[in-house]
Amino acid sequence: MSLSRTAAIVLRQYYLLRGSPTRILPLVVWVSIDIILWGLITRYLNSVASSGINFVPSLLGAVLLWDFFIRVMQGVTTAFFEDVCSRSLLNVFASPIKLPEYLGGLVISSIATSAFGLAVMQLLASTIFGLSFFKYGAALIPFLLVLFLFGIALGVFGSAIVLRFGPSAEWLIWPIPALLSPFAAVFYPLSALPMWMQYVARLLPPSYVFESVRAIVAGHATRGDGLVAGAGLAALYILLAAAFFTHIYKQAVRSGLIARYSAESLS
Amino acid sequence: MSSTLSVRDLRKSYSNVVAVDGVSFDVAGGEIVGLLGPNGAGKTTIINVILGVLDPTAGSARIAGENLAGNRSRALAHTNFAAVYASLPGNLTVWENLRFFGMIYEVKNLTQRIEASLKEFGLERFRDVKCGVLSSGEQTRVSLAKALLNRPRLLLLDEPTASLDPATARDVREIIREFVSRDRGGVLWTSHNMYEVEDVCDRVLFLSRGKILLEGDPKTLPREHRKTSLEELFISIAREPLALEGR
Repeated sequence: MSLSRTAAIVLRQYYLLRGSPTRILPLVVWVSIDIILWGLITRYLNSVASSGINFVPSLLGAVLLWDFFIRVMQGVTTAFFEDVCSRSLLNVFASPIKLPEYLGGLVISSIATSAFGLAVMQLLASTIFGLSFFKYGAALIPFLLVLFLFGIALGVFGSAIVLRFGPSAEWLIWPIPALLSPFAAVFYPLSALPMWMQYVARLLPPSYVFESVRAIVAGHATRGDGLVAGAGLAALYILLAAAFFTHIYKQAVRSGLIARYSAESLS
Repeated sequence: MSSTLSVRDLRKSYSNVVAVDGVSFDVAGGEIVGLLGPNGAGKTTIINVILGVLDPTAGSARIAGENLAGNRSRALAHTNFAAVYASLPGNLTVWENLRFFGMIYEVKNLTQRIEASLKEFGLERFRDVKCGVLSSGEQTRVSLAKALLNRPRLLLLDEPTASLDPATARDVREIIREFVSRDRGGVLWTSHNMYEVEDVCDRVLFLSRGKILLEGDPKTLPREHRKTSLEELFISIAREPLALEGR
């Protein structure tokens, strides 16, 4: 492994962000809109609900964590799309760079951009709506870690799909979080889902995270085995996604797809 | 001369189409070899195989003694390339592009090396300009600067002067000749400009339908085949490859 090559991928992403407000703004704007919108909804629910339940930590907290997961996934895919859109895949893959070095660079880029998004969301949620995750301290780390690992896995998987089917396949990748969200039980308990959806949900690491978050907010002890299962699944998905990307890459080298790859030549 | 590139029995086929058919050749250090042939002859396929972005159906390529199939990364660390169809990221400046690729090729003393490259290719005033807004000739110069950044043992150039005006093309040829004599790098060069090939190449390989039909000194080869120029020889091979295949 060459740190220099991995650092080059990260540096390239930094150069792009530094020189382009249009790349910085989405890191801030969408998460800010989500936090403000859901913050206001939770305030309204608090004012009309007679149960006395505080919706801020359960709903707004869930939105914050779910947005973090989306940022992680998109951090990987957007860094990969930069190579696709600038048609530099040939120059990159005709160099000594190894796949783990390249993917490592995408992951580190994603850590930086998603951490920035998380900081913005936390700032808004705490200053405007009084939701501070800091009070949970280190207990929060496993939740973030599971979401982070699963986000990376989906990002690598999405990048492999675009490598195989071309730039237009990006429209298959952006909606993936929206497709998963009903199954991930972000806003409601798993028990609210029909049984077949619960089976699917058990295969998704975020469902364990959100079940645990709800348990903590309700003042119950969180089940460690659920989080362990979520982390195990997320780690498994990362391995599968890396294997899938490697398989697609090798297929592209066999068929000459990388050599021919350009935004126009593929449908 | 030691062999910088050694290609043996290279074959690439796509279902029923044979793009490269049992090609073997060497490029020595300090040698510029021209890979010539009509469109579709298999030149770019061979270059793509050597660059590790296309798996051969059979055969092997060794770069500076490293087997490409066995250790792709170490073999490619000895190479670099510039091609008219492989532009550098247009959303990065000239400096950023050279820094990015310099780190990928693990170039020592990178900052000084970039400064020297900018000067060598007359790119100093474009240092902070995004590559996407440069003219095609300027982009080619940046690509060549990137290609020489790591002082490769093997330089692959696919029509490197295709979009350059004659004066700039001559400068570029001079820079590459200088690189060869100074660093003793080997160069595999494809071009459709026969004047350029005759001027620059020590040896040429004529390729047609995936096979090497002729090999020799570009200055003497036309006479040996009763042609008045390399261009005439090229045209006759492109039109009647079978006549030569039988020889």
